[in-house]
Amino acid sequence: MITAAEALVQGLSRAGVDVIFGIPGGVLIPIYDKLLDACQSGALRNILVRHEQGAAHMADGYARASGRVGVCVATSGPGATNLVTGIATAYMDSVPIVALTGQVRTSVIGTDAFQEADIFGITMPVVKHSYLVKRGQDLPQILCDAFYIASSGRPGPVLIDIPADVSVAPFEPVVPEGPDTPGYRPTVRGNYRTIRRAAEVIAEAQRPLLYVGGGAVSSGAADEVRKLAELTNIPVFTTLLGKGVFPETHRLSLGMAGMHGTAYANYAIQESDLLIAIGARFDDRVTGDLKKFAPMARAIHIDVDPAEIGKNVSVTVPIVGDCKTVLAEMIPMVKPREADHWNARCDDLKAQYPLRYKQSADTIMPQQAIEELHRLTSGEAIVVTGVGQHQMWSAQHYLCSRPRQFLSSGGLGTMGYALPAALGAQVACPDQLVVAIDGDGSFQMTLQELATGVAERLPVKVMILNNGYLGMVRQWQDLFYSKRYSGVDLAGSVDFVKLAEAYGAVGLRATRPDELVPTLERAMAVTDRPCVIDVVVDREANVMPMIPSGRSVDDMRFE
Amino acid sequence: MTHTITAIVQDHPGVLARVAGLFARRGFNIASLSVNRTHRPGMSRMVICVDGDQLTLEQITKQLHKLVEVLKVWDHVDDPVVQRELALIKVDADARTRSEIFQIATIFRAQIVDVSDRTVTIECTGLTDKIDALVRMLEPFGIKETARTGRVILVRGFQDT
Ligand SMILES: Cc1ncc(C[n+]2csc(CCOP(=O)(O)OP(=O)(O)O)c2C)c(N)n1
Ligand SMILES: [Mg+2]
Repeated sequence: MITAAEALVQGLSRAGVDVIFGIPGGVLIPIYDKLLDACQSGALRNILVRHEQGAAHMADGYARASGRVGVCVATSGPGATNLVTGIATAYMDSVPIVALTGQVRTSVIGTDAFQEADIFGITMPVVKHSYLVKRGQDLPQILCDAFYIASSGRPGPVLIDIPADVSVAPFEPVVPEGPDTPGYRPTVRGNYRTIRRAAEVIAEAQRPLLYVGGGAVSSGAADEVRKLAELTNIPVFTTLLGKGVFPETHRLSLGMAGMHGTAYANYAIQESDLLIAIGARFDDRVTGDLKKFAPMARAIHIDVDPAEIGKNVSVTVPIVGDCKTVLAEMIPMVKPREADHWNARCDDLKAQYPLRYKQSADTIMPQQAIEELHRLTSGEAIVVTGVGQHQMWSAQHYLCSRPRQFLSSGGLGTMGYALPAALGAQVACPDQLVVAIDGDGSFQMTLQELATGVAERLPVKVMILNNGYLGMVRQWQDLFYSKRYSGVDLAGSVDFVKLAEAYGAVGLRATRPDELVPTLERAMAVTDRPCVIDVVVDREANVMPMIPSGRSVDDMRFE
Repeated sequence: MTHTITAIVQDHPGVLARVAGLFARRGFNIASLSVNRTHRPGMSRMVICVDGDQLTLEQITKQLHKLVEVLKVWDHVDDPVVQRELALIKVDADARTRSEIFQIATIFRAQIVDVSDRTVTIECTGLTDKIDALVRMLEPFGIKETARTGRVILVRGFQDT
């Protein structure tokens, strides 16, 4: 006989989990007691965070950086509700995490018992699936299914809510043979004839573009995307979540498209006659006004989630399947294509509309800070961002060369994502350099996780682009509300250097342009704890180019 | 336009909330809903009538398919089907009007299921239009209450629904 708490530890180990992020509470003590055994035997690393939102983002950052399922744990009631933002963030960006929550005893569920929250109900709209475990003996199968569901098909968060009495009741365990999910069978292989049709449509196109999103990352399709691009010389643009799937320094790369994408990607889209969407969902941050988006283009749409195909635009060739599998099957059917006038046209656009920003002799420009970081790290760091201007500048100026290198909350746009997700990424990739590029506003939403980073000796770098503003909101007020700045001034919030030191992390500051590189170099030398770099930047720089929300390329602004 | 969708689901706790929540969140309008266990243990049948165009219908069925506990979904656009709704209608009736109400019920092949000195309760099965028509015919007598079910539907012949 074992208890569900023991079954949980066994199930986690069967699922290959080597680390969990969380905070215990009354109803979780039996589970944490069993976790201790696994930790002491070295089978599991139990990372104590400082706020459950941090646990969820860490699990998310771990998952995005490694491709493995991230696990976070929270107690009933407020612990569980604190996870919600992190779960929703993972849901919107299709990140595989499993969230384990404690729940009050089954006999008092529904009575507004102490620390009871209906987390199963609260999270229903933001999970891929969820379970309330009613009997301990169900837990082994539920765990097996949960990890399968989280990581397969279109990945996403799965929640498992475990009442206190269930976790201690003994039962005779049965080892699950494998996932048992009769209603869930993701399509992996694409339809052969549709794939062949896609190859024909590609051959007919004069001005094709590859449009690559986060689905290509989760499917591990980077090699196939590159093969297809090079075989056909089709230029490539990505979404925010697709950054790095195709090397951004490649001659065929047009960088990121959309609201703050490169002008040349956006112009190329308008001239294109075929978009080949690979794991991308025609999100409004990419398309703007749908009626005016890519007006001449037909579309091939490859996605593992059938509900994304045809949701926003009508598609000539819909292919439901795993991006990597579908591309691998398609590539041999595709006719090679020499670089031609269309490539020349795209190169012209690139030359004509490079990313530009105003330089300054006595103020650090935020873009410059990112470019210096890029140079210093040889473009190899794992970059994790908050949400706001700094996020868009990072996307524009930190060119990535491999998938899982750029982690950012795209769908939900969650400020506070950067630091905890960077810590999670550092846990997943201990030998890599992990840099959070954060905003002064975003950082202050989850900065308590510095304590977690110090305790776990995680050498994450946090480069704060400190403009003393909720900069992105200020930018909209600047451009669209005649500079009536309302509720955006953060000046004088806190001394980030002293703050870092108070946590036992390293704190550094760069204020003048000539201090930037030496300060970053000093930061790179820190290897045993987090390092916060307060980069005081131009206060009123704006992210350009910009296509205002819901508008089209015709309304793109350069200043 | 109203579409009828059948979903066979695992009868887990919360599955109705999940389906209803999906409709609410994605802005799909449920016109009627019926849920019940099937003869197969562990499986329930949901029949959902929704308003919307072809594109909405396509999104709904795809989103329903994505729910892990949903085993099968049909949208019944091209199927030959038998479908029924049931209504109980309580009408004001006294000795003067009772027989006229009985006559109307007979024409609609509806049953009288209860009679009191001041009311008659009629049970009617059929499609929405037929029940609506009966209700209209009964309105002049004074309708006290109506209770109507959602639709149930099966594909005709050997084919499964
Ligand atoms: C949790 C959360 N609250 C509010 C917002 C709205 N919002 C988007 S960007 C932004 C400003 C971000 O400021 P900061 O982190 O300093 O970045 P900056 O734009 O200045 O680079 C705000 C408030 C959000 N995205 N997330
Ligand atoms: Mg700021």
